[in-house]
Amino acid sequence: MTRLAGTDLTLAYDRRVVATGLGVRIPDGSFTVIIGPNACGKSTLLRALSGLLAPRAGAVVLDGAAISSYRAKEVARRLGLLPQTAVAPEGISVADLVARGRYPHQKLLRQWTPEDEQQVAAALDATGVTDLADRAVDELSGGQRQRVWMAMALAQQTDILLLDEPTTYLDIAHQMDVLDLCADLNDAGRTLVAVLHDLNQAARYATHLIAMKDGAIVAEGEPGAVVTAELVRSVYGLACEVIPDPQTGTPLVVPAGRTARRATPAGG
Amino acid sequence: MRRRIPLRAPGVALRLDLRTVGVAAALVVVAMLAAGVAVVGVGVRLPPADIAEILTGGGRRADRFLLLDLRLPRISVGLLAGAAFGLSGAVFQSLSRNPLGSPDIIGFTTGSASGAVLAILVFGAGPGVAAGSAIAGGVLTAIVVYGLAALGGGGIRRIVLVGIGIAAMLVAVNSYLISRARLEEATAATVWLVGTLNGRTWEYARLLGLALLVLAVPLLLLGRRLRMLEMGDDVARALGVPVRWSRMALVGLAVAVCAVATAATGPVAFVALSAPQIARRLTGAAGLQLLPSALTGAVLLVLSDLLAQWLLAPAQLPVGVVTGAVGGAYLAWLLSLQWRKGTT
Ligand SMILES: Nc1ncnc2c1ncn2[C@@H]1O[C@H](COP(=O)(O)OP(=O)(O)OP(=O)(O)O)[C@@H](O)[C@H]1O
Ligand SMILES: [Mg+2]
Repeated sequence: MTRLAGTDLTLAYDRRVVATGLGVRIPDGSFTVIIGPNACGKSTLLRALSGLLAPRAGAVVLDGAAISSYRAKEVARRLGLLPQTAVAPEGISVADLVARGRYPHQKLLRQWTPEDEQQVAAALDATGVTDLADRAVDELSGGQRQRVWMAMALAQQTDILLLDEPTTYLDIAHQMDVLDLCADLNDAGRTLVAVLHDLNQAARYATHLIAMKDGAIVAEGEPGAVVTAELVRSVYGLACEVIPDPQTGTPLVVPAGRTARRATPAGG
Repeated sequence: MRRRIPLRAPGVALRLDLRTVGVAAALVVVAMLAAGVAVVGVGVRLPPADIAEILTGGGRRADRFLLLDLRLPRISVGLLAGAAFGLSGAVFQSLSRNPLGSPDIIGFTTGSASGAVLAILVFGAGPGVAAGSAIAGGVLTAIVVYGLAALGGGGIRRIVLVGIGIAAMLVAVNSYLISRARLEEATAATVWLVGTLNGRTWEYARLLGLALLVLAVPLLLLGRRLRMLEMGDDVARALGVPVRWSRMALVGLAVAVCAVATAATGPVAFVALSAPQIARRLTGAAGLQLLPSALTGAVLLVLSDLLAQWLLAPAQLPVGVVTGAVGGAYLAWLLSLQWRKGTT
C-alpha cells in the first residue's frame, strides 16, 4: 500500500493525449526521480499525481481515496508540488512569497501564527535564502529564484513533495545543494518525487528511479538496475558507456564520442 | 523592508502591514473630507451653522431639500459606486494580469449602458426599469465576452482583446440607437452614455448600498484567493486553492458589483481602471489589493464629482466627463507603457 499511486491513467490536454494506461506507484519514504526526454510527459504525470490535471481515465489515489475526492486545501496539506515554471506576482518580496506556502494551513482569522512564522524562517534557512528575504523576487537571478520557490514548497510542510526540475537554472554547486537538501528531507521521512535531467545525479540521489518515454514508464526500480547503456540508448537514442561513479559507485553515464556515435547510429 | 505588526488574540492570528493600514486610514479620511466639502458645496454654499441646524431638524425648507434630498444621497451614491468600481476593477485586472482587463475597458459598463438605452428607447422604460436593464446588459456583456474569449481558447488573457472589441461595437450601437430616437427620449438616454451623479435620490443610494452589502462582502473575503491566483493556476491549486470555483465566484461577484454600480451612475469611465493601480502605488504592495482599491475608487469618484461641479458651476457637468478626461490621459500613458513592454 503506497500513499500515492496512479492506476490506468489516461492523461490528455484538450486534443493531445500524452499517456494511456499509465500505472505508477510512489514508494512511501522514497526519493523517486523521474527521468526521460523532453516532452515525454514527466510534468504531465506530476500534475496528475498532484491533482492539478484530472485524468481522462483512471484515478490517482492519495491515502486510500481518489485525489479528486479531497478538498483542494486538504490535498495541499498532504502533498506539495513545485511546477516547472512558476510566476511570482510583480514586486513581491522573497519572504512574502515563501509565506504564501503557508496558505493551506491558514484560516481567515488565523493567517500568521507563530507556527507559520517559524516554518517560513526554517524554509528560508534550509534553502539558504534568508539573506534575500527582503529582496523582490523579480530582481533575483534564475538560481536564486529557483531556491526561493523551493523554500515556498518547503514552507508548505507536506509529507509528500513533488518537484518538477528543481535544479534547472542552478550552477553545479547549487544543484548539489538542492539535491542534498532533498536527500536530507527524505532522510527525515518525507517522500520526494523529482524530475531531473541529469542521469548521473538521478542515479546518485534516487532511491527509486522511473524512466519514461512517450508517455509510458519503460523501466523503474533501483538506479543501479535501471541506468544501463541499453536503457539510455532506447530512451534517449544516445550511445554511451555506463561505468561506476568513482565517488559513489552508482551508474555514471558517459556519452560516446562524436565519431563513435556517428559510426553506430543509435536505435530508438 | 515592510513593517508588519502581528495581531494575536485567542483564535486570531493576523499580521498587519503598517503601510497598507496607514494608506487605508488616510483614504478614509480623504473620502470624509471630500464628502464634507461636497456637503458644504462648491457652487451654492451651505454654511456649517446652517448644516448643523438642518441635521438637527431645523433650517429653511429650500436648504433642507438641497442638503437632505440632493447632496447627501448624491455623495452616498458617489462613495458607494466609486468603491464598487474600484473593487471590480481590482478583481478583473488581477485575474487577467493586465491593467487593461478592467470592466470599463472590456465593455461591461458600456454593455450596462446599452441595456438602459435599449430599455428607454425601444420599450419606453422609466428610470427604475432602465437601471434594471443596465444590470442585465452588463451581466449579458460579461457572459458574451467571456464566452467568446473561451471559444478561442488561450484563457483569461484573451478577454482583454475580445472585450475591447465588444466595447467598441457597443459604443456604436448606443450612438446609433440615440441618433434614431425622438428628442425627449434621446435626452433621457444620453445620460446613460456618460456617467453622472446628478439627481441621484436616496432610493439609488439605498438599493446600491444593499446590493453592495450582499456582493462586496463575500468578494472581499475571497481577496486572499485572488492573491494566490496571481501566482498562476498550477501554484495556486498546489497550495490548496480550488481554482475553477474561486475564479467563477470572483468573476460572478465582480460582474454583479460593476453592473449594480453602473446601474446607479451610468458608465463612469476609468475609475475601475485607475483606482486599483493608484492604490497599488500608494500601498507599495505586490499585486492588487481589494480594500485599498475600493477606498481609492470612492475617493476618486467623489473628488471628480466635486471637480465637475466646480468647473462649470452652477451648471452641472456629468462626473463621467471629468473622469473621462483625466482617465483618458492615464490610459494613454498606460498604453504607451505596455507598448514599450510589448505585453498588450
Ligand atoms: N498545457 C498544455 N496543453 C497542451 N499540450 C501540452 C500542455 N502541456 C504539455 N503539453 C504537451 O504534452 C506533452 C508532454 O509534455 P510535458 O510537459 O509533460 O513533458 P515533459 O516530459 O515534462 O518535458 P520537459 O522535459 O521538456 O519538461 C508534450 O507533447 C507537450 O507538448
Ligand atoms: Mg516538464
